[in-house]
Amino acid sequence: MAKLILSMDGLVLKEIPLTKERTTLGRKPHNDIQIDNLAVSGEHAVIVTILNDSFLEDLGSTNGTVVNGNPVKKHFLQNNDVIELGKYKLKFIGEAAPAAGAGGDKADFEKTMVLRPSTMKAAAQAAAAAGGGAQAAVAARQAAVQAAGQSAAATGIADKDAVKAPAAPAAAPAAAAPAAAPAAAPAAGAAPAPKPGGQPLGAIQLLSGGNAGKELELTKPLTTLGKPGVQVAVLTRRPQGYFITHVEGDKRPEVNGQQIGAAPHALKDHDVIELAGIKMEFFLKT
Amino acid sequence: MDLSQSLEIATCTDPGMVRSHNEDSIAADAANGLVVLADGMGGYNAGEVASGMATTVIVTEMRQILSGAKPYQVDTKTKEEIAPKIVREQVLKANTSIYQAAQTQPQYAGMGTTLVVCLFYDNRMLVAHLGDSRLYMTRDGKFKQVTRDHSLLQEQIDSGIITAEQAKKAAHKNLVTKALGIDPSVEPEIHEYPTKPGDIYLLCSDGLCDMVEDEDIGMTLSALGGNLKLAAEQLVQMANDNGGRDNVSVILVRVLREYPGTKGMMGKVFGWLK
Repeated sequence: MAKLILSMDGLVLKEIPLTKERTTLGRKPHNDIQIDNLAVSGEHAVIVTILNDSFLEDLGSTNGTVVNGNPVKKHFLQNNDVIELGKYKLKFIGEAAPAAGAGGDKADFEKTMVLRPSTMKAAAQAAAAAGGGAQAAVAARQAAVQAAGQSAAATGIADKDAVKAPAAPAAAPAAAAPAAAPAAAPAAGAAPAPKPGGQPLGAIQLLSGGNAGKELELTKPLTTLGKPGVQVAVLTRRPQGYFITHVEGDKRPEVNGQQIGAAPHALKDHDVIELAGIKMEFFLKT
Repeated sequence: MDLSQSLEIATCTDPGMVRSHNEDSIAADAANGLVVLADGMGGYNAGEVASGMATTVIVTEMRQILSGAKPYQVDTKTKEEIAPKIVREQVLKANTSIYQAAQTQPQYAGMGTTLVVCLFYDNRMLVAHLGDSRLYMTRDGKFKQVTRDHSLLQEQIDSGIITAEQAKKAAHKNLVTKALGIDPSVEPEIHEYPTKPGDIYLLCSDGLCDMVEDEDIGMTLSALGGNLKLAAEQLVQMANDNGGRDNVSVILVRVLREYPGTKGMMGKVFGWLK
């Protein structure tokens, strides 16, 4: 859903989702977006939204409508366009602002659709053409890999990931060269976003018990600790960092001497966890 | 028979990180051993309408029928158990409701939904599905996919055009070949499997399996199986952490203990004859 963010002097006033086909802007109260300012005409402008496209049209306002500094009569709104009405600014955020790398217009493409028997043949052909059997996909990947290699070479970055790209899933080349390899984008777009990679690796070291001194690296998305049936907690690795959550047992684990709640608890470097009578320290490896 | 003592059910649904609407619908009725998950499609809010209709129609109708009959009852005419028949009929009923709404109301034109329905009875589970929402199960630490998607991609995999590895990167993941409410009539795929105490069944929309690797889903279930609610939330969170590009819904069902059906005289005789 596209939306507008209304602000004045850099202060965000409100967010307005563009739910209607016609959203009117003006000073008079019957407008969908009323801006009570004398610089704004009674019926100033209208935004027509058709599917994912929004068009701004000035309705012959006295002071005109300005988009990104240029006065416009009619304008096809793009993501992050700024509409200026007097001293008010409306920032246009298109449908599904780009989430990660590969661009936002794909979100709609990924929507589940049904293939009717009648259209099935055409779609199968289209898919075959798009996929080109395996050949086109392979060719696209190769292009991506080459592009990734070239861009790495051009910028002089001997990145290990870029070198490894041929073996890695298509997400890696796409991340390495998003602009350089548009041909690879459709192939890479549907793959899950890369795993949390940039964050430091966490580990725990046992401080008491029979295995005191032992260290465990937390490389997996989740690691369970404790004794099943007695007390179990899970350490989850997320893009935001590591979290500890109580799973089972009457007693909840303690972090720095405090029992944690039912919700996941964020772990900080050198936190001391106590679980099923065993103390351990969480720390981040560099 | 009330199955809520034999089945533990946890659900979680989330719009994800990108979409503003949640077009998935889920419903669970532990007493009747029934869980339903639907992932709607169609413009504006039509997807929500279609998936909502599917879950509501199936749950209400099934409840009605199960209040007067047992799924393992044998039909006197066909000499077969009624479970597959009643599930199929309710799916068709939901199909008709959605199809008619789509035909008569322009804002709902073209809406439809995927569907997974599981009915637990007599130490067994019957699953009916349409489209790319899935059923997975874990037993004795082994995690596997039970349903096969009705999707263009799956057909291409089956016919050997592409490999499962290539499928993960395919661009047309979203095309389903069967769905509820698109045509006047539809044939759900129905299978029956025996269950064992300790089994965990996972129903999910493609928002989970597209974003999270099967391996990680399996690991989550084995690690957090002790706390089903937490496992459901963790799965949704993992999908969102990986980008959350679609609505994510999960239903987890754990078999706590056996739930044999008490057969009547007729059933006993037929069971014995088999």
